[in-house]
Amino acid sequence: MTRGFLRRFVRARGAAAGMLFLAVVALVALSAPLWLPSPWRMAGEPLLRPLQAGHPLGTDMLGRDVLIALLWSARVSLFVGLAATVATFALGASIGALAGWCGGWIDRALMAVTTLFQTVPQFAVAVTIAAVLGASLESTIVAIAAVSWPAIARLVRGEFIGLAQREFVLAARLAGESPTVLVRRQILPHVWPPLAVLAALMVATAILTESALSFLGLGDPSQMSWGFMIGAARNVVRDAWWLSIWPGLAIVATALAINRVGEGLRHASALAEHGR
Amino acid sequence: MSGAPLLSIEQLTLALPAGAERRDAVRDVSLTVAPGEVLCVVGASGSGKSLLAAAIAGLLPRGVRHAGGRIALRGRDLAQCSDAEWRAIRGRDVSMIFQEPLAALNPLMTVGAQVDEVLRVHRVLSGRGDGAARAARVTALLRDVGLPEPERLRHAYPDALSGGQRQRVLIAMALALEPALLIADEPTTALDVTTQARILALIEHAARTRRTGVLLITHDFGVVARVADRVVVLRDGEPVESGRAADVLRAPRHPYTRALLDAVPHGRVEPRTVIRSGVPLLDVHGLHKRYAPRRALPFLPARGRRGVDALIDVGFTLHAGETLGIVGESGSGKSTLARALVRLARVDAGRIVLRGEHDLARLADNALRPLRREIQMVFQDPYASLNTRQTIAQIVATGPLAHGAGRRDAYRRAAELLAQVGLPADALDRYPHAFSGGQRQRISLARALALDPSILVADEMVSGLDVSVQAQVLDLLASVQRRRAMAIVFVTHDLRVAAQICDRIAVMQAGRIVELGDTAQVFGAARHPYTRALLDAMPVLPARAAASGTADAATRAHQRINEEQS
Amino acid sequence: MNTALRLTSTVLRGLAVVLGVLVVNFFLVRLAPGDPALMLAGDAGSGDAAYVERLRAQLGLSRPLVEQFALYLRDLAHVDFGFSYRNQLPVLQLVLERLPATLLLMAAAFAVSVVAGVTAGAIAAYGESRGGPWMRRIARAIGALAVIVYATPLFWLSLMSVIAFSVVLGWLPSFGMESVGAGYTGWRRALDVAAHLVLPATTLGLVYGAIYVQLTRAAMLEVIEREFVRTARAKGASEPRVMIRHVLRNALLPVVTLGGLQLGQLAGGALVTEIVFAWPGLGGLMYDALLQRDYPVLLGLIAVVAALVVLFNALTDLLYGIVDPRIDGRGAR
Repeated sequence: MTRGFLRRFVRARGAAAGMLFLAVVALVALSAPLWLPSPWRMAGEPLLRPLQAGHPLGTDMLGRDVLIALLWSARVSLFVGLAATVATFALGASIGALAGWCGGWIDRALMAVTTLFQTVPQFAVAVTIAAVLGASLESTIVAIAAVSWPAIARLVRGEFIGLAQREFVLAARLAGESPTVLVRRQILPHVWPPLAVLAALMVATAILTESALSFLGLGDPSQMSWGFMIGAARNVVRDAWWLSIWPGLAIVATALAINRVGEGLRHASALAEHGR
Repeated sequence: MSGAPLLSIEQLTLALPAGAERRDAVRDVSLTVAPGEVLCVVGASGSGKSLLAAAIAGLLPRGVRHAGGRIALRGRDLAQCSDAEWRAIRGRDVSMIFQEPLAALNPLMTVGAQVDEVLRVHRVLSGRGDGAARAARVTALLRDVGLPEPERLRHAYPDALSGGQRQRVLIAMALALEPALLIADEPTTALDVTTQARILALIEHAARTRRTGVLLITHDFGVVARVADRVVVLRDGEPVESGRAADVLRAPRHPYTRALLDAVPHGRVEPRTVIRSGVPLLDVHGLHKRYAPRRALPFLPARGRRGVDALIDVGFTLHAGETLGIVGESGSGKSTLARALVRLARVDAGRIVLRGEHDLARLADNALRPLRREIQMVFQDPYASLNTRQTIAQIVATGPLAHGAGRRDAYRRAAELLAQVGLPADALDRYPHAFSGGQRQRISLARALALDPSILVADEMVSGLDVSVQAQVLDLLASVQRRRAMAIVFVTHDLRVAAQICDRIAVMQAGRIVELGDTAQVFGAARHPYTRALLDAMPVLPARAAASGTADAATRAHQRINEEQS
Repeated sequence: MNTALRLTSTVLRGLAVVLGVLVVNFFLVRLAPGDPALMLAGDAGSGDAAYVERLRAQLGLSRPLVEQFALYLRDLAHVDFGFSYRNQLPVLQLVLERLPATLLLMAAAFAVSVVAGVTAGAIAAYGESRGGPWMRRIARAIGALAVIVYATPLFWLSLMSVIAFSVVLGWLPSFGMESVGAGYTGWRRALDVAAHLVLPATTLGLVYGAIYVQLTRAAMLEVIEREFVRTARAKGASEPRVMIRHVLRNALLPVVTLGGLQLGQLAGGALVTEIVFAWPGLGGLMYDALLQRDYPVLLGLIAVVAALVVLFNALTDLLYGIVDPRIDGRGAR
């Protein structure tokens, strides 16, 4: 089944390219401390234009090398993206599974809470949480998780409810499978694929949210991030407008790559159900 | 029925896109339809009959091409038509109705508006002051197809109508401009038995009184027997037999046709002896179930909306080794009853007593678990009842494993069961998607038998299968039952199938059992008017000439089909 | 269900949501690290010890939690959403001053996103399923564009559009709602505001339009396969008629419901856009409050915007009831 899965995965447009790009980014992010100088180092004259000797993308308003800063920022984005998604998942999947499996008033109560968190202006709440908890990586992660979990909860709940009525699940119940075994063998294998797709898309959204929070100054001040770079560049937009471009493109490229990988997962798992 | 043919198809070939299971959807098909004549095109699913119909209306899906032959309507070659010409022809000269009446109507437009659309599109009565005249015409059309209160029904939305009523609306739309040719693609398949008969009568009436030619696509020979003048039999896209319906039904020439006819449940009652003695295996008494109405807000009373009574005072007894049929149309409550018996649904009142000891309706979940092995179920949809992510071995071994058997024992048992249901041992490691509908139902049966139940509930077990496959699966069921002295509760909407394998029959209508008795008695001397209506709606095939012993011919036919399909 | 009942139910549910938001606010303040009184005093107010003590008493911080909640509800009943020490004004007043500008931006952006998104989505769906080779290419391009826009951070796109259309090309103003010191009135003022509105509304509208593109395309592709579309064609209806009266009409149902859920995101996007464009709405208020650590303003903002979203959702529900006759039992037997 894995070979067929891979084959379908690469057939989705851009999935393989996205995977490759992410691998490179991850490699850079993980290895940065080993070979890249600090992004905070003032390496040259401020506001140097790109394509100068030693500074392929120029320098920012404090003379920091833009390319080095760009590469370092990958660490924060990927870390926060993954960590926030894991947290979102843990929270959302548990709530959704509980609601979907138990039904009754538990379901109604949990869904009321879910609707509440879906209706609040998510970005404003994230900003407030990050502000209240102080500017740090942890607060960013908590803020993102606190507003993103409803989508996962609804998906998991929907899958549980839908699957619980499917005839093969009913047959397993009749065969006497205990609830825990039932969930494990009959339901979970069908919940993973849509969940994995949503997880991939959520990582992309988390990265976008993280960059927005950093743009507003709510990110960890000791970490270089793309959002921070854009925020800083905004102040000199009339003199050095090109500084805003690179970090934004980096965000777009990363989010796009993750998005394509997610689509590849969706494509691969959708067809797996029908064979071939 | 003389004169030039209305529709003339000569050597038509429709090519499928690359990668399809065969090269051509239909190949070298020729047929004619005369004005006022009903021609049936019969075939199993996948025989290409629907694409044939679509081609005549110019509605082929993307990828299917016209690869040879000619379709002529009143002598005019349809392949030469431009898009604009096609739009003029469709609805006015050629009309089409499809299988699923609810899906075939726009849920957001009133019924009257949709009938009206035919008139508007073809610029009939579309002048500025013609609104009232058009509305009157629409009302008349609805009345002509037998819809009650057409003036009021005009403003209703499709989901407020029953299946039969919706199909009548579609027929009204199709006949609005008095087309020369009506194409009906399985128009009655999704309808109840009693409704089917009436819709077919309506179509036939249109053919005779308006001299409309009818091309009717079906897989059901009962339909052919009822309305067809002539018939063409398709197999894998190729015509294998054609002729007058009466002739083909009585004396089919091609072996495929003969096999198809033999597989049709005949509805004849065989003599059966069942010993019913001692404590009944299952004693069902006074079952009630009501579905509560939906409420706007949880604490508000549901004003003026009654719930649905799915089961009203349902009771019967079941003895070891006997087969009880539960027959009813949709909404009769038979599915609810089936689920109640296996405790997938709870009843509001009543007893389901197993062996005189345990009341299944009342037991707590824990106490129920060990008893679950006694009563198992096979479901209707072969494509939904198997976990696509498990191997056949895992599926069939589910029960034994859940009840504590070791893996090796459980899988060995699975292999034995597969052999009993006629599947090869190498199926164990494969996944459900590799198997056909009939094979999947066999796997479902093997799974149900794994726990050695004393009662098997078959919920429309063969309803989702082709006629030829149905017969095989029913035979299998019968042989399994004989070997194990198992009791079967067989839920179905098809009386003919029930006649074939049931010892006793319970007829359900609107939640109640209205008739209960031996099969022979129900068929020969039905007491309740509803039962009689069901019996009347059963199509009767003409007796076959030169049949050399019914049982042998049937067995040989089944074997032949079995070989051809594996 | 008839309309009145359904509306009542929607309103009640909406009120419950707003109440829920206020409860969240309540707990947020008390769960955060540090002294709640200091937090609600804000950076500016923390220096004023007397004020902090008054706050402490007012919040009842020394009393049990239940009493605190009762006090909180009482304040809400008096429409007291908190006080901004920095601005020396009640939060509600601050928020209401800035609200109209944000509403203007949201409305304009919403219009752009719906019109552009639904149209593009419909074209993409049509091109993919029924179009010739050129239409298919356009459809794919639309799909690709939507995907890229979806991966683009809004604040960056806003900045880019400022650079492109204001700094480099100089066509449009880049900040504020009106030209500073110009003192226009009437017609000319409206035009001036409109000129300032173009960039932020279009940027915000395009990014949220991407959602509608995907929604509409998916909905239409699903509806196109349905039986009744075949029936319409079998009647001889022309392609435009089939597409609009049958396909689009049914496809809009899920778009309306799902699109309605996105309104909270639109509000969040508006906040970000306003910051980049210095648009005098709630976004600017939020940014200032952020810089000054003026927490009461932030909390009040959440409550007000949540109420806004609830209102929009109620309107969407109403719209849905009109569009789908099956609700409200219009398909009466």
